Amino acid sequence: MSHATADTTAGTGRSVEASRAGSSPAQASPVGVLPAGIAPELTDLLIVGASQSGVQLAASLRALGCTDHITLLGDEAHRPYQRPALSKEFLQGTMDKEKLIFRTAEYWEDHRIALAQDVRITEVERCHDGGGTAVSATGDRIRFRRLALTVGARARRLDVPGVELDGVVYLRNADDALKLKELAGGARDVVVIGGGFIGLEAAASMHAMGKRVTVLEYGQRLIGRAVGEATSEFFLQAHRERGIDVRLEARFTQITGDDGSVTGVQLQDGTVVKADIVLIGIGVVPNTELAESLGLAVDNGIRVDRHALASDGTTVAVGDVANLPNPMPGAPVGERIRLESVNNAVEHAKVAAYALMGRREEYTGTPWFWSNQADLKLQIAGLSLGHDRTLVRRDEEKGRFAVLYYRGEQIIAADCVNNPLDFMAVKSALSNGKNIPAEEASNPSVALKSIIRDV
Amino acid sequence: MPTVHYTDAEGAVREVKATAGDSVMETAVRNGVPGIVAECGGSLSCATCHVFVAEQDLADLAPMEDMEDEMLYGTAVDRQMNSRLSCQLPLREDQTLHVQTPETQV
Repeated sequence: MSHATADTTAGTGRSVEASRAGSSPAQASPVGVLPAGIAPELTDLLIVGASQSGVQLAASLRALGCTDHITLLGDEAHRPYQRPALSKEFLQGTMDKEKLIFRTAEYWEDHRIALAQDVRITEVERCHDGGGTAVSATGDRIRFRRLALTVGARARRLDVPGVELDGVVYLRNADDALKLKELAGGARDVVVIGGGFIGLEAAASMHAMGKRVTVLEYGQRLIGRAVGEATSEFFLQAHRERGIDVRLEARFTQITGDDGSVTGVQLQDGTVVKADIVLIGIGVVPNTELAESLGLAVDNGIRVDRHALASDGTTVAVGDVANLPNPMPGAPVGERIRLESVNNAVEHAKVAAYALMGRREEYTGTPWFWSNQADLKLQIAGLSLGHDRTLVRRDEEKGRFAVLYYRGEQIIAADCVNNPLDFMAVKSALSNGKNIPAEEASNPSVALKSIIRDV
Repeated sequence: MPTVHYTDAEGAVREVKATAGDSVMETAVRNGVPGIVAECGGSLSCATCHVFVAEQDLADLAPMEDMEDEMLYGTAVDRQMNSRLSCQLPLREDQTLHVQTPETQV
């Protein structure tokens, strides 16, 4: 079959299918420049971004019985893939590339989803009826009735002398990971700039690969945006004990190089931390440019309502790129948040699929997150935003750790390390609108599952 | 070639030819078999790939580790004696498995 979509090796096979995909799939004719299967004349729904949320949106629409013509565009030269393993199993070489691929080629064909890779949309022209035309970087035009933006986020760039040197890398997509893997082969010293999830996951991976790893964190604690102080402290100690040199409140002046290649990072006191690789992981920036050009409301992401609809009332924006009403049951009215997680990408996409089908389901649920760093499995249930007290549960013997977050008397979140029982109990309580009273939870030998109470 | 028979909560059966080395979860997700969510992609973090394994196939599985055992206490549909997380079930060449998916995973 001619669908270039599903195979990286076929990415250059460019041709246009004359008819709309699904009606006569085998009749590809070798004219034009769009990949096979992409109908330029009109698609009912154009999904820009073959990301976790884009893939889920297309799959959910078909699962709901949607028969519209769906086009899913990815801007990378890869079949749609899962990102989480890039900083972990894939980087360490314990997971093969094929394992990252979301769906088989047959899935896309059987579900009549026209999928293309390596197509970057740079402009969208709007018609009065809500439809429009998307224009790619190579000048291809794709007409659509309705638009979904699942364009995600990109790595935040660091502005410091020396960032252009060979060996300075970011880690957001598959190409980044492939490049980092290649560099890692001959590297001994690695400096990671940024002590967040990506930085620490990659640091732990490189440490496991035998590298000497230094983490430079600008802030006073690790993972400062996502967890509370007690959890930050736990990870600081754990990584130091395992042999990673973590430096907090690190200030540096430049990345040093020799003959175009990185040699280290110079700190404010003049000392240089040696590096064959400098990995920068300082967060992401949502890709809001297309939304802005369409005049959609943008504020740290594309603003959407509880149904994933953007300010024009017809475009949906899903996943990392969306600024959405806090979906936690009981969250203060009007509170907004942008969530960078697989769970959000998946659950938000399901709500968007309903919206596109004309059903107004509200996005509510308990966000959850995970991060695996060396032998440390962090699982977070809920959102600690707005908490006013915390409770630490620690079992030294079993290596278990948990921090419970409360707003008043009500539990709103938990960070759990190597502690799936506590994680699952809190996630279950939050999802069912229950509470886990702090007084009872303070005894670490009490199973949280046994003290889930009605509010 | 390994084969997995997936039975959903309504009793509908899907037979899927798998690739040796892939897990029961990966085989389901890649082929669009409903009933297995697998948000964490197989890293044993979410318990949304819960399956009930047919009695006759239970002995033919990789043994359960503590982490999987603990995660199974938090599945959306309560665990039973034959519960497993399908991300922890890699398939061997010529293996045939029969699993039932629960009514819901989240």
